[in-house]
Amino acid sequence: MMDWIKQPWPWYVAGPLIGLTVPALLLIGNKRFGISSSLRHICAACFPANIHYFKYDWKKEIWNLFFVGGIFLGGLIAAQLLANPQPIQVNSALVSELKGYGISDYSKLIPTEIFNWESLLHIKGWLLMVFGGFLVGFGTRYAGGCTSGHSITGLSNLQWPSLVATICFMAGGFIMANLILPIILR
Amino acid sequence: MSTNIPENDFELRSLDATCLNESELVHPYWYNLKYLIVGIVFGIVFVKAEIISWFRIQEMFRLQSFHMYGVIGSAVVVGAISVFLIKKFKIKTIYGEPIHFEVKTFNIGQVYGGLLFGLGWAITGACPGPLFAQIGTGITVTIVTLLSAIAGTWVYGLVRNKIPH
Repeated sequence: MMDWIKQPWPWYVAGPLIGLTVPALLLIGNKRFGISSSLRHICAACFPANIHYFKYDWKKEIWNLFFVGGIFLGGLIAAQLLANPQPIQVNSALVSELKGYGISDYSKLIPTEIFNWESLLHIKGWLLMVFGGFLVGFGTRYAGGCTSGHSITGLSNLQWPSLVATICFMAGGFIMANLILPIILR
Repeated sequence: MSTNIPENDFELRSLDATCLNESELVHPYWYNLKYLIVGIVFGIVFVKAEIISWFRIQEMFRLQSFHMYGVIGSAVVVGAISVFLIKKFKIKTIYGEPIHFEVKTFNIGQVYGGLLFGLGWAITGACPGPLFAQIGTGITVTIVTLLSAIAGTWVYGLVRNKIPH
């Protein structure tokens, strides 16, 4: 049993569990599943700076901060108690491509050769973490949601603007991964 | 939400994922612990299915694996069936409140913002949820990415009146 849990979980286990988050949050408190809004609430709570967009009663949305706090704890529990001791298995074409960029460590869920504190001193690490993170925060709020709010909640409720947003998420991702990221990593 | 936001402001509450369906009930803070528990389960699934992995996101955007498509696709199917059942049987919350679903309105921000987020998703290998989970697994440098995402949200708030919606 424990061996099975420690293996990577297949998509047909993880996907339905994530989908069930939508009705779970609705049923236990009329909350709509969305994660990127937590970043806005953090801004409103910590640095409102008299900006209109951050002047609202963030305490009414505090459930969202409990939710992301839970995601953090879930990551902690999974890493401490349920971790897969094997390196992550990925497509061999990706392995050979990444080898060309000097990435060969698959022991963590992210490539520690490029995502580490020292690499922040270089333009590459700065682009990957600081610039990339900025795009995530700016883009999700501009789009009015992220993968959870648009791609899962919005599509579950058959909202076509969420389909537009999801298609744009994927288009941006394809452009970056195939055209721009190879230049950054080279 | 403060009440001084004009009706014609393009950032209506309906643009937000979380600002809808908000319960009118007032509860003590520890009622929020149930959201913490849902978050914990969700975070464990994120790690165990490797959804928080930069490698899995690269595979997805190179069409080298079905895994992420299977995760998101089956999540949407289960979510859609759940929403359909809640609507059809007019299921209420555990506190007896009716559940309403609002219609999302289109604005061009969903295109521009969506593209920008997509670019960031493929660089960092993480959407906002996985950022929190990655930090939990001990990848401390993701704190930088998260702080930068918060900064990005803040700058959006600063300039949103000057960019097209």
